[in-house]
Amino acid sequence: MNVPLKNAEQDMRAALARTPVPMAMLAELTHRCPLKCPYCSNPLEMIRKSRELDTETWIDVFHQAAAMGVLHVHLSGGEPASRRDLPELLTGAREADLYTNLITSGVGLTAAKFADLAERGLDHVQLSIQGVDGGTADRIGGYKGGFEKKMEVADWIAKEGIPLTINAVMHRQNLDRLADTIDLSVKLGARRLEVAHTQYHGWAYKNRTALMPTMGQVKRGGEIVAEARERLKGTLVIDYVTPDHLADFPKPCMGGWARVGLNVTPEGKVLPCHAAETITTLEFENVKDRPLTEIWDKGDAFRAYRGVDWMQDPCQSCDRQAKDFGGCRCQAFAWTGDAAAVDPACSKSPLHGEMRAAAIADGEVQADEFEYRLM
Amino acid sequence: MGAGAGTGGMNAADIPFLPRGVRVKECKIREGWFLLAPERAVKLDQVGAHILGALDGQRDFAGVVAHLAAKFDAPVERIETDAGKFLTDMINRRMVEVA
Repeated sequence: MNVPLKNAEQDMRAALARTPVPMAMLAELTHRCPLKCPYCSNPLEMIRKSRELDTETWIDVFHQAAAMGVLHVHLSGGEPASRRDLPELLTGAREADLYTNLITSGVGLTAAKFADLAERGLDHVQLSIQGVDGGTADRIGGYKGGFEKKMEVADWIAKEGIPLTINAVMHRQNLDRLADTIDLSVKLGARRLEVAHTQYHGWAYKNRTALMPTMGQVKRGGEIVAEARERLKGTLVIDYVTPDHLADFPKPCMGGWARVGLNVTPEGKVLPCHAAETITTLEFENVKDRPLTEIWDKGDAFRAYRGVDWMQDPCQSCDRQAKDFGGCRCQAFAWTGDAAAVDPACSKSPLHGEMRAAAIADGEVQADEFEYRLM
Repeated sequence: MGAGAGTGGMNAADIPFLPRGVRVKECKIREGWFLLAPERAVKLDQVGAHILGALDGQRDFAGVVAHLAAKFDAPVERIETDAGKFLTDMINRRMVEVA
């Protein structure tokens, strides 16, 4: 078709053709974690302590990231507090002038350790909760006493005046308590709540029949969030994304491949997203072998699906291509064996019906036993 | 000057400030100023950067408006409207707090 491009579309294409400046880096400091959540986003094969990057290398990576234009660093894991050098790493990130976000289960922190992190300039904490009562939360997290500990940690965060985001991964076994999750977040003084529907990769995929919500639960969840957002305006910001199997269009996964953010694994591999290693046709480079900026700009894995030129139909001719970037590459690969295919979460995918039917069927299975995450 | 009309709900005596975990940073790569907050980086235009630059934890909203009106030799009513709307939006997004 020879339809003249509108100016806005030309501008968009020009912008997509340039190498973007990354906004955020997820630093997976370690895969070690006392919890055993059955939907853990770490890969099935985890990196052992002996292969983790050392303190100096991480600090160098923070400086490289800041020099590339990264603004936020998310110190994550596993449980980042499992790293004894967390205080030094935090100081390194602050000295690189990065905005520091600690993504933690809370387990492994003490009042003194947390006060030290606050003193070193920690900007924000994202605290996970697995449920709104000890019984449920500790069963899901596979760690007795975890819930009580989190409540204590939330109190330290509030006392330091550090902004708190509650990260609540939702699934069939806790979605009916969504209203209570919102109430608890307000009570803990959180400014933000991420209602994160489980992403069915890796561990979560293994546990999908125990986790997949029913259609009714998801629908009710959306209504609860809509009501709470209005009621809590100015108190709590709620981030919520409709889960894939109920959406007509895919999520703009990662804001577009290799466009907004990057991820560094505990051993130093640089990924366009934390699940990218599930795409077994790609090879990922290591910060120990090549400067971060070169990996971002020129690395094969980063260039593979950056922008829109790699797309096939239906994405190639779709007017939503710069809105959702064809969805999630990992999910496309998992379902089709081709990471350049359209995400089956999209209603234009030939597999959309099959994916939705499988999710509905998984949601109806009454099997609540988990296969817990193990190192 | 009161709450509501034109000011987006800001009161003259409100003291707006950037809470812990919210800060302004100049990004040399992007050649611009950003407001950094949890999970957010908001690119500031000139107006936004000046409004936030006027928050020193001492000035109340009336003081902020007077400061900006003097600095830019602009009508108080216009500054009041612009700053009121901008700050109210920031407050709703929990990026600015009021004492």
